[in-house]
Amino acid sequence: MIKVIHMKVNGKQVELGVDDRECLTDTLRNRLGLTSVKKGCEAGECGACTVLIDGKATNSCIYLSMWAEGREIVTVEGIKGENENLHPVQQAFVDEAAIQCGFCTPGLILTAVEIVGSGKKYTRDELRKLISGHLCRCTGYENILNAVEKVAGL
Amino acid sequence: MYDIKEIYQPSNLSETLNLMASNQDGIVISGGTDVLIRLRERKLKECKLISIHKLKELQGISYKDSLNDMIIYPGTCFEEIHSNTMVEKNCHCLWQAANEVGSPQIRTVATIGGNVCNGAVSADSAPSLLVLNAELELTMAHSKRSVPIREFFTGPGKTVLEKGKELLTAIKIPAVPEGSGSYYIKFGARNALEISTLGCAVFVTLNESKDVFEDFRIAFGVAAPTPIRCTQIEERVKGLPLTRETLKFIGNEVLKEVNPRDSWRASKQLRIQLIRELSQRAAEGAVRNAGGAIID
Ligand SMILES: Cc1cc2nc3c(=O)[nH]c(=O)nc-3n(C[C@H](O)[C@H](O)[C@H](O)COP(=O)(O)OP(=O)(O)OC[C@H]3O[C@@H](n4cnc5c(N)ncnc54)[C@H](O)[C@@H]3O)c2cc1C
Ligand code: FES
Ligand code: FES
Repeated sequence: MIKVIHMKVNGKQVELGVDDRECLTDTLRNRLGLTSVKKGCEAGECGACTVLIDGKATNSCIYLSMWAEGREIVTVEGIKGENENLHPVQQAFVDEAAIQCGFCTPGLILTAVEIVGSGKKYTRDELRKLISGHLCRCTGYENILNAVEKVAGL
Repeated sequence: MYDIKEIYQPSNLSETLNLMASNQDGIVISGGTDVLIRLRERKLKECKLISIHKLKELQGISYKDSLNDMIIYPGTCFEEIHSNTMVEKNCHCLWQAANEVGSPQIRTVATIGGNVCNGAVSADSAPSLLVLNAELELTMAHSKRSVPIREFFTGPGKTVLEKGKELLTAIKIPAVPEGSGSYYIKFGARNALEISTLGCAVFVTLNESKDVFEDFRIAFGVAAPTPIRCTQIEERVKGLPLTRETLKFIGNEVLKEVNPRDSWRASKQLRIQLIRELSQRAAEGAVRNAGGAIID
């Protein structure tokens, strides 16, 4: 059944019809064109579909769209600065060559945005645990940790 | 698209209980990290869901003081449990377990109620809730009962919860006496996103001079067909000194009460070795958290 939901996506209030059997990954990709949200395992294991829901990194593949009613969603499309500048987390990923194929990147960037937003600083080991909900098949994680350490490391 | 036939989203507890009474084929969904995976795997089909996701009355942790029960409402996610300082102080093992479930993204949605009701032998919260003597409040539209968690698990994936009829509405943790401490260890083949190969929780209360076990409780996940408490060893440890020898005694004697199996994750032999080793380490951790120390 189609249900109308209201949510804030990347700062804009949206009202849209969603199927009540739909997951948030599909809503964001297919109805709103936000294709930075990737579909990997669709089982909560790889983190490619991660978005921020009310500021918390969440796997959108195991999240029903109707639960998003009244919530605030952020995807990578929504984190650029005012002058179209890259977000400091994105810049750190570029500087540290933390991106190869890029499939895991949007999810990891959002987790890092949440980490930076906490205002706390972390050791490399703590950061390793904080990004443990993301799988990367290319980089071996070291450059990703370098990037995250650059913005949130002690 | 999930294979959902119908989904109800009640806005309060009494509406939920009424919906459950009139739809006994309905499946409760909270964080969805078990239910949606089963739907994805097509182990559930054409199902009727009753969503209690973020229902206010089932959220949060209430704690008055050290003399009263702590109540954890079932819709509380593990991230919230792990960020609660009273849980950290009084129910340290549960606080540790909350940080072991899945990954950060899983912990922001996965609830403790879903973890318990799912009935998995590997559920990370189970051993800790067992040693904390948790009581589960199970509610139907016109009745309510309280079940000690020790009587809750009946077989792999099976519990005394009347599925579709009863809702877990509160997890009560009795006040913890002075001089107590607890500890949880999860063993998995990887450091993250790993279902437990073996989990062990220990709770101790020490005497005033902190050299004797006054109370000792130990529970395991994946050491038998259900999460279990080992009550025979518990009785035998009461009154023993805080020595390495007592720990060895625990590690060896507890094996009489467990019944681990071979599975693709680990052999029976490895699990026995883990039980022997982790029970000693968890006991030592609990003693440390109670302000004591093991002497060699
Ligand atoms: C990638 C991944 C990793 C995971 N890792 C772990 C792990 O390391 N350790 C671990 O223990 N688990 C793990 N899990 C399993 C799962 O996340 C947990 O069991 C979680 O706590 C389930 O909670 P939920 O709210 O998401 O449950 P749901 O899927 O919403 O519900 C689970 C079951 O409980 C029932 N239920 C839920 N709430 C109630 C209630 N209040 N009253 C009655 N019945 C209820 C539902 O009907 C259903 O049968 C993992 C899952 C995934 C997808
Ligand atoms: S696609 Fe969602 S976690 Fe892998
Ligand atoms: S860069 Fe390819 S998966 Fe991470």
